[in-house]
Parts: sequence; C-alpha cells; structure tokens
Amino acid sequence: MSEAVKEPSMLLQKEMIAKNYDAITSKHQSGRKVSSTFVPGNLNELLASFGILNNLPEINAIQNGMRKLSGDYILEAEKSGHSEDVCTYVKADIGMMGKGNIAPNGKPFPDPDVLLLSYTGCYTFMKWFELLREEYKCPTLMLHVPYEGDGHSTKNMRDYIVSQLKEVIIPGLEQVSGVKFDIDRLREALRNSAKAEDDLVWVLEQGKRTPSPIDAYFGGVYYIGPIFTAFRGTPEAIAYYQALRKEVQARIDAGVGPVTPDGSNFSDQKYRLVVEGPPNWTSFRDFWKMFYDEGAVVVASSYTKVGGMYDLGFRHDPDHPLESLADYCLGCYTNRNLPTRVDILTKYVEDYQADGLLINSIKSCNSFSAGQLMIMKEVERRTSKPGAFIETDLVDPRYFSAANVKNRLESYFQMIEQKRRGAARAA
Amino acid sequence: MNAIVDTATAPTSTAEIIAHCQALFDDLNFTAARAWKNAVPGRKVVGFLPVYAPLELIHAAGCLPLGLFGGGDRMEVIHGDAYYQSYICRIPRSTVELGVTGRLDFVDGMIFPFVCDVIRNLSGMWKIMFPNVWSKFFDTPQNFDPEIGGRYYAAELQELREGLQALTGRTISDDDIRRSIALYNDNRRLVRAVYDFRARTPWKAPTSEVYLLMRAGLMMEVEEHNRLLSAYLAAAEAEDRPKRDNVRIAVYGSFCEQPPLNLIKSVEMAGCYVVEDDYALVNRFLTEDVPVEGDPIAALARAYIETSVETSCKYVPREEDKGKFHIEQVKKARAEGVIYATPSFCDPALLDRPMICRRLTEAGIPHIAFKYAENSGQMQPIREQAGTFADSLKLWS
Ligand code: SF4
Ligand code: SF4
Repeated sequence: MSEAVKEPSMLLQKEMIAKNYDAITSKHQSGRKVSSTFVPGNLNELLASFGILNNLPEINAIQNGMRKLSGDYILEAEKSGHSEDVCTYVKADIGMMGKGNIAPNGKPFPDPDVLLLSYTGCYTFMKWFELLREEYKCPTLMLHVPYEGDGHSTKNMRDYIVSQLKEVIIPGLEQVSGVKFDIDRLREALRNSAKAEDDLVWVLEQGKRTPSPIDAYFGGVYYIGPIFTAFRGTPEAIAYYQALRKEVQARIDAGVGPVTPDGSNFSDQKYRLVVEGPPNWTSFRDFWKMFYDEGAVVVASSYTKVGGMYDLGFRHDPDHPLESLADYCLGCYTNRNLPTRVDILTKYVEDYQADGLLINSIKSCNSFSAGQLMIMKEVERRTSKPGAFIETDLVDPRYFSAANVKNRLESYFQMIEQKRRGAARAA
Repeated sequence: MNAIVDTATAPTSTAEIIAHCQALFDDLNFTAARAWKNAVPGRKVVGFLPVYAPLELIHAAGCLPLGLFGGGDRMEVIHGDAYYQSYICRIPRSTVELGVTGRLDFVDGMIFPFVCDVIRNLSGMWKIMFPNVWSKFFDTPQNFDPEIGGRYYAAELQELREGLQALTGRTISDDDIRRSIALYNDNRRLVRAVYDFRARTPWKAPTSEVYLLMRAGLMMEVEEHNRLLSAYLAAAEAEDRPKRDNVRIAVYGSFCEQPPLNLIKSVEMAGCYVVEDDYALVNRFLTEDVPVEGDPIAALARAYIETSVETSCKYVPREEDKGKFHIEQVKKARAEGVIYATPSFCDPALLDRPMICRRLTEAGIPHIAFKYAENSGQMQPIREQAGTFADSLKLWS
C-alpha cells in the first residue's frame, strides 16, 4: 500500500508525538522524570507543573497496533500467562516489555518514575497498573474517580477527588519530582488547556456541515491526539489547534470534505454516520477505506470524547484548578452511565443530521462494549434512524475480519438507502 | 417478623436443612421472597448483585435483601443473549433474563455494587429497562485512608440510606441500623463458624452443602439465616460422616458469576476438600464485627476500609500486600493447593490471576487454573483436571 497522504495538521501532530517520545527516551540525559498514566482523566497539566513527562500506555499500544507489532506482543503476553479474554491494550503493553520495551523511535523506554493511576471510566486500568507495578517497582499513585452511576456527579464525588489530589497525588508528585507544587503554574496550564479545548470543539462541531469538512472518527483520532496525550495545557497544543482550525476553515471555504489517506478530498458524502466505540488500529487504513469507498463520512463519534467531553461545555478552569481537574475526570465519556450515553448519542444523531448510529464493538473493552446492543436499540428507537453493529478489536489482529466488517457495512448502507426511499415515498 | 422457615418445624438434620436451602436456590421465581413480601402490606424487596453491598442498610429499611447471582445452569437464557456480545461473561445476560421474563417483577429496588464495568453498565441498562424500579449503582472507595476514602464512603452510605428511605417512605434511624449491624454481626460470626468448621472437618461439611447454605442465606431474612446456620452447625457436628483421603484445597476467582453447583460437586468428587473459597463473598466481605456503638454509618464505612477482604474489585495500595490475604487464608485453612477458577471473560478475575498465582508460586503453594461459565454443562474435563491436581498434591505432600 502506498504511503498515506496526511493533512498538514496530521504531520504536525506526528512531529509532536515523536518529540514526546524523544523526551521520554532521553530522560537519563535530561534528568527529567517520567510518569505512565492513562488517557481518560489524565492529569497532564498537573504533571507538567512538576516538570514530569507523560507516557501513555494506551498510545503506545495504538502505535504498536498501527505498526503491526501488537499481534506478536499479545501472543508474548498470552504465553506468559495472560488470558486470551482480557483487554489487548494491557497485553500489547506487557508483551512489548517482554520484547525489550522499545519505543516507536527505536530507543528503549526508560522505566517510569511514577505510575499515576488515574482511574476514570475503566476497571482494567486498576489491574493494568497493579501489573506494571510488579515490573517497575516504582511509586504508584491512585486517583479513584467514582462512576457517574446515577447520570450525574455529586459534591461528594468531587470532594473525594479533590482530597485525593491534595493528600495523595500532589504530595506524591512532589516527592517523585523533587519540585514543590506551584498552583500558579497549574493555573497557567489550565488556561492554556481551555484555549485549545475551544478550538477542538469548534473543529468537532464542523461535522454538522454538509459536506462535512472533517471525519470525526478516522480523522477525529488525529484531531484529539495532542489534547488527549502529553500536550494539553501547553502552548504547542494551542498552536496545533489553531492550525487545525485554519485547515478545516479552508476546507469549509472550498466546500470540500476531509482528505483521505489516498490523497483525495472526500466531498461526495452519501452517508453521514455517528460512530460509537474505539476504532480498530491494526487495520486502521483498510477500515477507514471501507467507509469513504462507500461514501460514508463520520460526523460525530464518542471515541473522541474519552479524554474529555468538551463539546458538552466543560472547560478546564484556572480559577478552580483542583475542582476543575475533578470535574474533568468525572465527565469523561466512559465515566458516564448508560442512559447518559444513549442521550449523548441520540443528540449527536439529531444535531449532526446523521443517517444513523454505527457501533464498533471492541472485544477487549467491557467499559465501552457491555450494553452497546441496548444503546443501539435505544438510539434507533429514539431517532427512528437505523443502527448497525460491527465487532472488531483494538490491537489484536486476530479479531479483525475485513470481509465480515465490509459485508455488514454494505448491508447497513443498503438499509439506510431503503429507509430513505421509504421516507421519500411517504413524503 | 415472618420467617421463611417455620422454626417450630425447622429442619434439624443437615440433609433436611440442605434440602430446604437447595429448594430456595433452585427456585428462580423466588417464591419464598414473594411470600415474604406479600405477608405484610407495604413490604419491599431490594435485590443486590455481587460482590458486596451493605445489607445492614437494606435490612434497617425493613426490606428483604435478595441476593441475585445470575441464573445458574437451570435457566435457559433466551432474551438475555440479545443484549450481550459473545465475549461478555454470563451473569449479566442471565440477570437480564430474570428481569425480562418477569421473575423479578416483585423486586422494588436493585443495588448494583461496583465490581467491574459489566455490572456497572448493567446498572444503567436496568434504569432504561425498568424505569419504575429504584436502582442504584453503589460505588465503593479505592482509597483506603479513613479520612479520604472513608469519608467519601460514609457519604455514599448516607446517600444509599436516603435512597432506601425514599423507596420505603420510612425513616431509617441510627438505632435501626445499629440493630441490623448487631444481627449481621451474629450472621458474620456464624458464617465464620461454619467455614472454620468446614476447614477443620471438611468431610462433615462438604462445600456443596456449605455453598447452598450460604446462597440460600442471601435470599431470606438474616434472623432466619442465623437460626439456620446454628442448626446446621449443631447437626453437622453431631452427624458422623466418613472421612476420605481427599486433599485440601482453596478455590479463588469465583467471587462474581458463580460456577454451576455441579462444578462445585465435581471438584469434591475429584478428591478435593474445598476448605477455603471466595464464592458469593458478600456475607464474609467484612472480616470482623462492626461496632454497634457510635455513629453506625461511620462504623460501616470504617469496617469496609479496615477489615474487608482482598478481592479483585479492590485496589491493593501496596505492591507487597498483593495476594497476601489469599496466602494467609490458604495457610489458615491449611489448604495444600489452590484452584483459581474464573468465569470466562471475567476481567477482574483474569487480570488478577497472573498476579495472585505468582504470589502463590513464591509462597510455594501449588495451583492450577481453569475457566467456567455459570451454565457450563460438561464436567468431565474439570473433574479430570481437579483429579490430576489432587493426585499430584498427594504425591508431593
Ligand atoms: S478496557 Fe477499554 S477503556 Fe479499559 S484499557 Fe482496555 S480499551 Fe481502554
Ligand atoms: S463475572 Fe467478572 S466480568 Fe462478569 S460481571 Fe462479574 S466481575 Fe464482571
């Protein structure tokens, strides 16, 4: 397959991520400390205020999935006693360690100085870091974020998170970094975050246009890259989102759709979809092609909300730094209860004038997947738009059946056509 | 209060007691709980799922706490499968089946305690499916500092109390809770006594019996269960049963979706005395008495923070403590080996398995692992595996 064509913002992002990997792998030269932490509910601004670098194991697993390395890593982990049933991100990570722990820049990952277990929206995180802790024997700081089981957060939840930040996380990070906590540095970072968040939301909301100048799933995973990883709160992230915004604006002005990996502008958009669930990474490009080949653009997705639901109005707030970190953690997509997820997806289908909801159900991920069939039925019922269900995995190539996925997508598009014809006849 | 078992004619032999428990266990229409509810107007039943819920609060609200542990292998799941993909464990689909087939239509409230993301998401599904049933996701703390996690948890308990008050329309006083705590302390003591008795003389208290005794206890009033436990202890002690040349083993990993009863029996038939397990943990989740003096909510919170068991739904703050609980229990029960038996697709048990098993290896405790589903039918492979394990333990002991 030819080299994928990338939008300028994608190239910029690639550079940023590479720069972060270089900073991580050169920690022994720079003397900087490195944390491992998760994407949902990550405390990037706080870590940065201590000068601590941020390494995200899910992002490493994604990188290894896209580079077709994850299959071997997963087998390696299964050989050493990890069950075939559990999340493949964990096994890709553990397998990578077993095979030399090499970062995408080809250099060995240094051991982390701290595991910051931001426990938001997914049970597996807790065990993942218990497993890593056995290997690294480094301090592990647990931030427990309660689940919004009744569909909203409470004062008690927020107070609990803030007191953990004050009593556990901040003192722990002070100890690891040797740097005293400076709330003004944190405020500054949060101010930066909010600016980037404004621009990200603007970009994601352009999916409401016809044609859509963005793909909110396949393109979306690039758009969220900097803010979901090590850059939220930095001036680089502000610059990135300004550049991205300009790029999208230029497409709006030209009346064209997003650029596909084949290099064409995807403007002939026959189907507008909302997608729920993470993508498959091992066949990412083939998967994407199945959509644009059929004229399907994704106008909104839930995956682009796992690291924060900015489109629902949340912004990091420099005037209430710790409380705002707590609210951020509580509000990430997978920390919302099922009825709320149904509400959100229904609203997306309506607001983005989509033809329906497509669920990519991930074998690995109970956090997303358990209950998705009901989500589909409910959203179908409430929007009167057809839904569809495909099943893949994140980084385990054994669970990506291209023929199957393609068949299902084709039938789905036929179903949408039928529905349209029915509606036209009725009109 | 109305008892499910009439104590005047209460069974006194182990066979009678267990037959009674088996009947309750087998009855997926929950006839006894329905009868309890119908006996007095206004009574409410509150269902709860694994692993731990503060039953004292449900009891203090005057409600019957009803343990719901899936459908086992006796129920055909027809609708439930349409709600879940093939790679998700069985218990949520059989619980949904119980709901959509009307078997839980008398249940007024449902508590979904934190154990993993599957039950967490099921709590939201319940809200959509049964909007008229009060349902609560009950999150327990993963921070075990009394001033942080303890304080948060006390407020969560208070919220649960208020939810139950709204459900029942009656105030739950501190004294109500204290009375319930005292009864559940009795229950914990009796439960421990039964398990200790089993560990001492496993041939007199087979696990297939003890299991039924405990499961049935989660479907009746605690007062009644206390009487039943005492009766069982007395009867089991008095009865003479042949002692076999079995090995002593512990079973871990079965804290949520339960193995079919046949599996429990198969392990015994393969030559193992199960002297320690984590089946349906709720009645031993707190390992000590909860103080009945002072603020009862604070007492329940503190008990959770300080004296609850180590199991997969809890974070272990210090690496060196991981698996310690299991090893101590194994030693206390003088088990010679461990069977790590987990439901298929169970993240908590399967993610923990390598860590716990590594600790067992370090402690020189032999172990094997297998997976099951609550509706597993074929027992032959399990019997063979457990039998081979028992033989190897005998060989090396
Ligand atoms: S279970 Fe899902 S949310 Fe959790 S680590 Fe795996 S992929 Fe991420
Ligand atoms: S059996 Fe395991 S995965 Fe399934 S609900 Fe229970 S704890 Fe969760």
